[in-house]
Amino acid sequence: MRKVSLQCRDIGMSYGATPVLKGIDLDVVPGEFFALLGPSGSGKSTLLRLIAGFARQQQGRLLVDGVDIGSQPPWQRNIGMVFQSYALWPHLSVWDNVAFGLVERRVARDELRRRVGDALELVGLAAHAQRRPSQLSGGQQQRVALARTIVIKPQLLLLDEPLSNLDKTLRVQMRQELQSLQRRLGITTLFVTHDQEEAMGTADRMAVLDQGVLQQVGTPATLYDEPVNGFVAGFVGTMNLLPAQLTARRADGIELAVAGLGTLVVALPRQSPPPPPPLATGGAVLLSLRPHLLGLLPADAARDPGSVWFDGLVEASEFLGPFTRYRVRVGGHALAVDLPHRAGQGGFAPGSAVALGVDPALSRLLPA
Amino acid sequence: MTPSSAAASPRREIPRTRRGPSAGVRLTGALVLAFLLLFLVLPVARVFFTAFVDGDGGPTLGHFAAFFSQSLMREAFFNSLGVALASALCAALIAVPLACFTVRFRFRGMVLVHTLGVLPLVMPPFVGAVAMQLIYGRSGAVNLLLQRHLGFTLPIMDGLAGVVFVESIHYFPFILMNLTVALRNIDGAMEEAALNLGCKGWRLFWRVVFPLAMPGFVAGASLVFVKVFDDLGTPLVMGQTNLLAPQAYLRITQVGLEDPLGYVISVIMIGFSIAAMALSARTLKGRDYATTQKGGGALPQRRLSPGATLLAQAWVIVVLVVVLSPHIGVLLLSLAQVWSFTPLPDAYTLAHYATVFQDAGGMMKNTLLYCGLAAGLDVLLGLTIAWLMLRSTLPARQWLDWIATASLAVPGIVLAIGFLRLYKGVLLPGTDLLLTGSWVMIMLAYAVRRLPYALRACVAALQQVHASLEEAAQSVGATPLRTVRRVVVPLMAGGLLAGFVTSFTTAAVELSATMLLVSAESAAPMSYGIYLYMQSVAGRGPGAALGVLAIAVVALGTWLSHRVVHGSGRLPAARPPEPALPALPAAATAAGH
Repeated sequence: MRKVSLQCRDIGMSYGATPVLKGIDLDVVPGEFFALLGPSGSGKSTLLRLIAGFARQQQGRLLVDGVDIGSQPPWQRNIGMVFQSYALWPHLSVWDNVAFGLVERRVARDELRRRVGDALELVGLAAHAQRRPSQLSGGQQQRVALARTIVIKPQLLLLDEPLSNLDKTLRVQMRQELQSLQRRLGITTLFVTHDQEEAMGTADRMAVLDQGVLQQVGTPATLYDEPVNGFVAGFVGTMNLLPAQLTARRADGIELAVAGLGTLVVALPRQSPPPPPPLATGGAVLLSLRPHLLGLLPADAARDPGSVWFDGLVEASEFLGPFTRYRVRVGGHALAVDLPHRAGQGGFAPGSAVALGVDPALSRLLPA
Repeated sequence: MTPSSAAASPRREIPRTRRGPSAGVRLTGALVLAFLLLFLVLPVARVFFTAFVDGDGGPTLGHFAAFFSQSLMREAFFNSLGVALASALCAALIAVPLACFTVRFRFRGMVLVHTLGVLPLVMPPFVGAVAMQLIYGRSGAVNLLLQRHLGFTLPIMDGLAGVVFVESIHYFPFILMNLTVALRNIDGAMEEAALNLGCKGWRLFWRVVFPLAMPGFVAGASLVFVKVFDDLGTPLVMGQTNLLAPQAYLRITQVGLEDPLGYVISVIMIGFSIAAMALSARTLKGRDYATTQKGGGALPQRRLSPGATLLAQAWVIVVLVVVLSPHIGVLLLSLAQVWSFTPLPDAYTLAHYATVFQDAGGMMKNTLLYCGLAAGLDVLLGLTIAWLMLRSTLPARQWLDWIATASLAVPGIVLAIGFLRLYKGVLLPGTDLLLTGSWVMIMLAYAVRRLPYALRACVAALQQVHASLEEAAQSVGATPLRTVRRVVVPLMAGGLLAGFVTSFTTAAVELSATMLLVSAESAAPMSYGIYLYMQSVAGRGPGAALGVLAIAVVALGTWLSHRVVHGSGRLPAARPPEPALPALPAAATAAGH
């Protein structure tokens, strides 16, 4: 199958006076599994529907392999879409649902039979071909929807929150199936979700959208390690954000004043891309700290001099299996701290006095 | 516990009575069952019995053989079948484009379709039939104009074709309403998925949209079929007696109550009603059709260009004018001094209304009395059955629902024949009046015939009252009966009122059962009065005037029930349950654990 690229160039769209998408520029490379992540109302589904042709952008161009598809109606685009509700036609059997697009394409009977059979085989539902969609479980319906879409050999595959109607275990399993299927077919895929774990777990690269604006594009690790702003930092993983003030630039880094905590010096070299403005002295910034990169010790334990330590109080703890998440009150801030869990190892009870360690080298500055 | 969680949280089924239903519940169930047996099951069983039993009491199919050996009966049978099928088809031709058009496109005048499109239902077709003779008949307004200007005439009101014409323009709203709802419920993603796979235009409609709306269409079309198949008044008013219902009527009234052919016809009519309903149930069965799913919206509506809008509006207006012509005709007729061989009446008068108020006051009073009592009885029975079904553990309680609903399949004339036969010679308790000769019989026939409507309204209303609200009341000491009175009924008031109004208005225009059961003119309701007036040329004016009054009553009732059901904020149904029951959430806490 020929792999195609997708480019969005300055896409803008609004419903009446409400802007939904603003100046979206996006490049999806051939064969890529690309995730669009954002909260509900961020415009991610709208972008998907623009690409499928169910809505028209008021501004900008959509290019598939360099060809502008903006003027094509949906039925000519050959862009397959899997709907959140699956949208399986209840009046047709599983087989007829899958065969639908091929019938529209006037595919010869023998080939149609072979391709529908293959598609059902691929999703493991060959035995259910004569059932009605309502007789299938949620996961099976999802597979039929997928088979129905890939059987037409679309140039692009669009998935609109495909897993949101499944329960948790099934969701993880289907996620892996989706990913391996995509790898096998090599089809350029765009995947919309509001679940960051789902996006990070499957996508080659992902984009975070908020309020119709593309916040950041990159690999999951890039977005996790190097978020460009507080929104991305908080949406991709959990992040402690402390408002701070830049007090001085020094040779070894930037000196910050954090209300209630005092002064911290953050090393500059780790900041790639360079810290955004305003970096004038006195400017407000956000100091971001991942919960698992913070240290937590009993108040009287020996403290590693590589970190800056603060006295704190454990307010609450959540045992999550692989780690325990503590809420620690430090100088007027409530910070999340994750400590790996090992059987037999006691944790900190709420109310315990602790020392909380910040390694300035592992923190990042974000625009306030 | 906060008020909202009190109302929403307990999902578990609470065993309401641990040692089975109480004696009171059993007695209530028995009373309802007795009513259904006495006034629905036994009369209909009696009809079946008579149709299948010979003179000596042995089982026989001889009556059916006799029926089909008479060419007149065979003809009536095939005429009825043909007229019903043709009417369903013609009604579909009017309704399907109208429904599709209004669901898919947005243009000024659309609202008109949904309000005026339902109007035909508020008038029984036999009322309009006479007016339509005057408009479309051989020497009616349309043909007079055609003859005068174009030199030809359209014989659309002649013979059975006329019956088909009248019936289809009266009953098409059944298809329009059902199909519109079905189309509206289709998830937009269903259509988008098809577009996405390369399907568009007419193919999209035939392969996806129409099949998805099929259950709605079949439900509407089978309803039209049944209504037309059972209709007695229209063919009689139009002088077409070679159909099944008129034949049954003539047999019973002219040959006598003992003539078996009337019963054979009754059995055939019930058979077709059941078949049509089974068909519509089958179409719905096992197909979780269409209701908009998570993450989906309805089918998108498109705006039309100015030119197309004009065309659409013109077309809608033409359709509506034809569809509303019986109403306009009846109105004109009621105001006309003379209307004969002219396109429009020659002169207008209010004399017919004066006549009606002078002569037919008793009939109006009768209608109010019979229909009011019948509708009241229906709501009482409907509420009881709904409560037993949804809230009690009475064994076989579903059967009450099924039996009550089965009356939908019993044509009015069949029920009336069953009543006459079963209660022949029975005296009204405490008097020396014959039960079959009294108005009580008419009222009971109305109640049985309209019970399914009220029952559905009650069930729907009760389903919206969460069981925890009742449990809360019981936990603070209310007995089941008091709970029903103080909590359930107030919360259901809107639904109950809607059920009452529906039963009342539809009973007010019921003719087929009325015609057989009216024993004296003094006991006749309006519907029968209209029919009587319409028999003579001189009576047309007053008949039409009475018809207008009946329409006004029904239209008012329909409007009222719409208002109640769709909520105007001031009526109890529209009020959210919590503010209406300020004391209950606290009680729920006590009940909780």
